[in-house]
Amino acid sequence: MADLKELIQTKYKSELFNGNGSLQALSQKGIQLFTEQGIPTVKHEEWKYTRISSVLNKEFSYAAATTAVTKADVDAIRLPGYETANELVFINGIYHPELSVIHSGADALLVQPLSEAVKGPYKNIIDKNLGHSANYHADGINAMNNAFAYQGIFIAVLKNKELQHPLYCYYINDARTASVLSQPRTLIHVGVNAKVYLVEEEITLGTSDSFINRVSEVVVEENANVHIYKIQNEDSHSSCVKTTHVRQLGVSKVNSVTITLNGGIIRNNLNFILEAPGCESNMYGLYCVKGNTHVDNHTVVDNQQPNSLSNELYKGIIDENANGVFNGKIFVRQDAQKTNAYQSNKNVLLSDTATVNTKPQLEIFADDVKCSHGCTIGKLDEDALFYLRARGVGEKAAKALLLHAFAGEILEKIELESIRSYADAIISERLGFEI
Amino acid sequence: MLSIKNLQARIEEKEILKGINLDIKPGEVHAIMGPNGSGKSTLASVLAGRTAYEVTGGTVSFLGKDLLELAPEDRSREGLFLAFQYPIEIPGVSTTNFIKTAVNEARKYHGEEPLDAVQFLKKMKEKMKLVNIDQSLLSRSLNEGFSGGEKKRNEIFQMAMLEPKMSILDETDSGLDIDALRIVAEGVNKLRDGKRSFLVITHYQRLLDYIVPDHVHVLYKGRIVKSGGKELALELEEKGYDFIKEELGESVEA
Ligand SMILES: Nc1ncnc2c1ncn2[C@@H]1O[C@H](COP(=O)(O)OP(=O)(O)O)[C@@H](O)[C@H]1O
Ligand SMILES: [Mg+2]
Repeated sequence: MADLKELIQTKYKSELFNGNGSLQALSQKGIQLFTEQGIPTVKHEEWKYTRISSVLNKEFSYAAATTAVTKADVDAIRLPGYETANELVFINGIYHPELSVIHSGADALLVQPLSEAVKGPYKNIIDKNLGHSANYHADGINAMNNAFAYQGIFIAVLKNKELQHPLYCYYINDARTASVLSQPRTLIHVGVNAKVYLVEEEITLGTSDSFINRVSEVVVEENANVHIYKIQNEDSHSSCVKTTHVRQLGVSKVNSVTITLNGGIIRNNLNFILEAPGCESNMYGLYCVKGNTHVDNHTVVDNQQPNSLSNELYKGIIDENANGVFNGKIFVRQDAQKTNAYQSNKNVLLSDTATVNTKPQLEIFADDVKCSHGCTIGKLDEDALFYLRARGVGEKAAKALLLHAFAGEILEKIELESIRSYADAIISERLGFEI
Repeated sequence: MLSIKNLQARIEEKEILKGINLDIKPGEVHAIMGPNGSGKSTLASVLAGRTAYEVTGGTVSFLGKDLLELAPEDRSREGLFLAFQYPIEIPGVSTTNFIKTAVNEARKYHGEEPLDAVQFLKKMKEKMKLVNIDQSLLSRSLNEGFSGGEKKRNEIFQMAMLEPKMSILDETDSGLDIDALRIVAEGVNKLRDGKRSFLVITHYQRLLDYIVPDHVHVLYKGRIVKSGGKELALELEEKGYDFIKEELGESVEA
């Protein structure tokens, strides 16, 4: 761990940022907190089940800004539907415009380094929102990213624009010659009446160890509509902590679907801060994992104003030695009367060595609210299995059919057909499902 | 076709079937009647291969094979069908998709080519008409939100698709109005070709007006206590099950 501390501090000193006020302040605060706290151990309440140090104990080099990644390398990892997508390519945490493809016009989409954007008309928005996630993550991991947030990217979907081209973000770690740690950072502003589909994937090139500590903050204005889809399908030497922090500042609707298929240790932090009355937030997750993959979904819904609806459904299919963790925190603040907040976590364990830890946390300070939460951990429904087998469907196929149906409830929430069928194909193959 | 000898079964230490003997020949229709809790569904489940029930004695031969040795799916593929008393709901699995898998797995088992999309659709349409069931229902999650009658018709639809040699209908008539009952009976009768056999489990004589049985058996406390022709069903309808109990009482005393 001492190594990581040194790595981060050396990097910080070598690049010492001399920029504008808020970026500078966040960076300093970040390095300070990181130095104090270091990497969270399992004694930290929020990291109880996820021993992130087991990854970060390893020797990493901090991502080099220069890269040998070529267009051909990117071609090999593009997600289906990319032809009509805006593709933002991050290599080792750093945005690379020359590898990125932007179809949307400048009147609809703005992509700019934060350090530049903060000098322009978005200064106020950046000052107010960048680093807001730190209020919910007072730990060394978030702080470590904050220390370098000035290297991040600002993305704006302009007011009244329904972005025709979905925004695909590839966070690529180039671990072909050495192990790599990177820290992508984005702040995304979705303007009044705007709509955007955001698709994000972490990808490691090569076989050395890879760690991505990404923070994406999303600011959603009045009447905007945002869809955030995340896909994680990596090898066991790739681990990551992803934090998506969504502030709904006006009446708006945000859907999030997080699909985890494979990897080393994967921590998905997802925060929804509902700061306007009448917001709708849907959080869906599917983890279909095996091997030694460890996936931890930590979600927070913070209802601050009346009449909001949040709906959360996370489902897990866990095989072999894989672990799942689900931690769902719901705050209903005193002013948030008539909040409807639903949460459900359902798990199917396919082996005796698969495990899951699930924990709902409800903190309700208003009296007129509807909240529900529930979790199930089980095996496949024996009655359903028997029904299918009694009709001549073999045991293996019957299991696949049931598991695919179980996963389907989440997959169908992905509105982009190309992404949905991409995820579906991987899951079907994994489950041995064919029709 | 199906030959059951001294079949005994239990669930969780509770003896339910206490020596069932039944011989069903090709083309025959047998009815099993009996009060609630007498073991009718247990018999059906054991024949279909539900593992929760433990067979503690006896044999069952189906078309010359030892039925009890076969996995549930192989029993089906060999031509045994059970229409469940309580068809289960399976979210996310449509009847269409799953019955296609079922039909083609059975074909594979018999060394036949799978049906292609066109052939399958043709067969579906034909059988849908037979049981008066709508495509939209079959595209929905299996039995989810179906009415009682829809569930039962879906069972008969699946039976028609699988064209089994031996069908067991477990109270398929309960909860059906007279029109639905006719549809179900017609579905069964259309399959009757002198070779296929049926075991119809029912509470009421009503269904047997439409599906006329060759033999009627009364199952009581895990045993077949009386067998007869179709007139036995009428007698039961008239006198209720008490007369069976009285008869039993007499025979025990004698
Ligand atoms: N899963 C089970 N666990 C315990 N007892 C059962 C179970 N299923 C059936 N039984 C018992 O077995 C007996 C026969 O039930 P069943 O075969 O359903 O009767 P029927 O279909 O004739 O009404 C009843 O006493 C019932 O309570
Ligand atoms: Mg019954």
